[in-house]
Amino acid sequence: MQTHAAITTLAADTGSPLLTELAILILAAFVGFQVISKVPNTLHTPLMSGTNAIHGIVLLGGLVAIAHAEGFLNQLILVIAIAFGTINVVGGFLVTDRMLSMFKRKPEPVAEESDT
Amino acid sequence: MSVATAFFQDVNFINACYIVAFSLFITGLAKLTSPTTAVQGNKIAAWGMLLAVVATLLNSGLDGGEFALIAIGLIVGTLVGVPAARNVKMTAMPQMVALFNGVGGGAVALIAWAEFRQQGGNLSDNLDVGIPLVFAAIIGSISFWGSNIAFGKLQGLISGSPVKIPAGLFVNIALLATAIGAGAAILLGSTSEGLFLLILVAAAILGNLAVLPIGGADMPVVISTLNAFTGLSAAAAGVALDNYALIVAGMIVGASGTILTDQMAKAMNRSIGSVLLGGFGGEAPAVEGGGGETGGTVRSTSAADVAILLAYARQVVVVPGYGMAVAQAQHAVREMSKALEKKGIEVKFAIHPVAGRMPGHMNVLLAEADVPYDQLKEMDDINPEFGRTDVSLVIGANDVTNPDARLKPDSPIYGMPILNVDESKQVIVLKRSMASGFAGIENPLFYGEKTQMLFGDAKASVAEITSELGGL
Repeated sequence: MQTHAAITTLAADTGSPLLTELAILILAAFVGFQVISKVPNTLHTPLMSGTNAIHGIVLLGGLVAIAHAEGFLNQLILVIAIAFGTINVVGGFLVTDRMLSMFKRKPEPVAEESDT
Repeated sequence: MSVATAFFQDVNFINACYIVAFSLFITGLAKLTSPTTAVQGNKIAAWGMLLAVVATLLNSGLDGGEFALIAIGLIVGTLVGVPAARNVKMTAMPQMVALFNGVGGGAVALIAWAEFRQQGGNLSDNLDVGIPLVFAAIIGSISFWGSNIAFGKLQGLISGSPVKIPAGLFVNIALLATAIGAGAAILLGSTSEGLFLLILVAAAILGNLAVLPIGGADMPVVISTLNAFTGLSAAAAGVALDNYALIVAGMIVGASGTILTDQMAKAMNRSIGSVLLGGFGGEAPAVEGGGGETGGTVRSTSAADVAILLAYARQVVVVPGYGMAVAQAQHAVREMSKALEKKGIEVKFAIHPVAGRMPGHMNVLLAEADVPYDQLKEMDDINPEFGRTDVSLVIGANDVTNPDARLKPDSPIYGMPILNVDESKQVIVLKRSMASGFAGIENPLFYGEKTQMLFGDAKASVAEITSELGGL
């Protein structure tokens, strides 16, 4: 099963998990720049909305943190955080889908003249 | 515990799922770059998110009570998020994105707070966790409150015009210094929860004060900046919680938001700094007195005359702006363009990168009204065409058509790329009144010899033009 664990093995080899995490952080930044700089203006709003949905990944932070949370207040804070994250994810993807489904090609002339 | 259960709960299995999820995010984003694959791209990213959430729920540390709490959070979030996303009008899309962005930032700030409490306030022993937590708290809180203010401004709950805050820059720097100072004290050994709350509160006030002075027209840049902020704060939370999914997804968003912000600011010929440090309001006084010099005569016209002018044109370019969004005129505009096309007239839409309140705002509105996207032309493609355009129809756009940006070096918008509407043979401007645009400057286009003004509500005016066209 260790073969699955490229990331954690790397962490063990390099000593500090923080450095591994920083390496991933930097690489992710470059991936983000590369993938996204090619988007045409037309799709900027849906793109902003789509990336907005992706940072709803903070939801996972709530799920991870609640596993070791103790005490009513800590749990309450995290339940609110999970609810916020869920709004971000679910709302974000739905709204992006609504926007994108409106982008259509020019309809065939026949379909266009529906009143004839 | 069975072998199979142990396998699925293994942290390596969860991380492997995360790797698949990243691949889906990146593939999805790549597909968002083309209108034909964008819908699919969004769905792929959503599947990635579902996989990441399910994999995280396999975490063996969760007991029944915690699952119940998680279920509450997920259900409440779904009950709020789904109807909000389903029912929001296309014209209100920018503020919806601002709101969704805000709750994301709020979630980060809350997680940071809960983690601080969970560690008993002791962050100094483990700076690997402490530094990113403090960072996440500051940025998350700024993003939450800043987005709420952006929402309030776009929704009309707060005045959309720039609000002057005395010594704003100094106050903001002091607030940021307070937040960082409180964070530093905690990292150096203080375990006071009051200090941590001070971080959140100082950042919250900063988020409010930073966005309040910015005018409504600069909101695209603000929302995009805050979007990047939330991504960065999520990535920081990921470092603190040792969660790779948070780090990767958060950072990808941080990178994309930064690029978008940069592109928008460039299109307005402004630096990100000048937008965030206050709107045009701060620079305008120098030219306000000069308003009189452009004050020529304005020719007003009627819908019937516009219809005749359009009917004999070969090419018509529609220039939509925020006024079209406010008047909800996009469907009326589509009807008009159909009527024109029926007469064999070429209709194109000229989209300025910052028309409206978000990049691509006009594209979304016109797409909602079924305008085919290949009829929407970006600034660089349409500008050479104005010379052979018979009639340009400016619907609720102002500053993005102001020829001063090309001709008058002392104008505050000099150098801003504009749509060269003034080069077309005839210009019709649909406008409610002679009020100036967001930048508060006169637009000589309105006084031009080739220009006629059609005053009134954009939707009603366009509908009238369409019905007049039907009679021709």
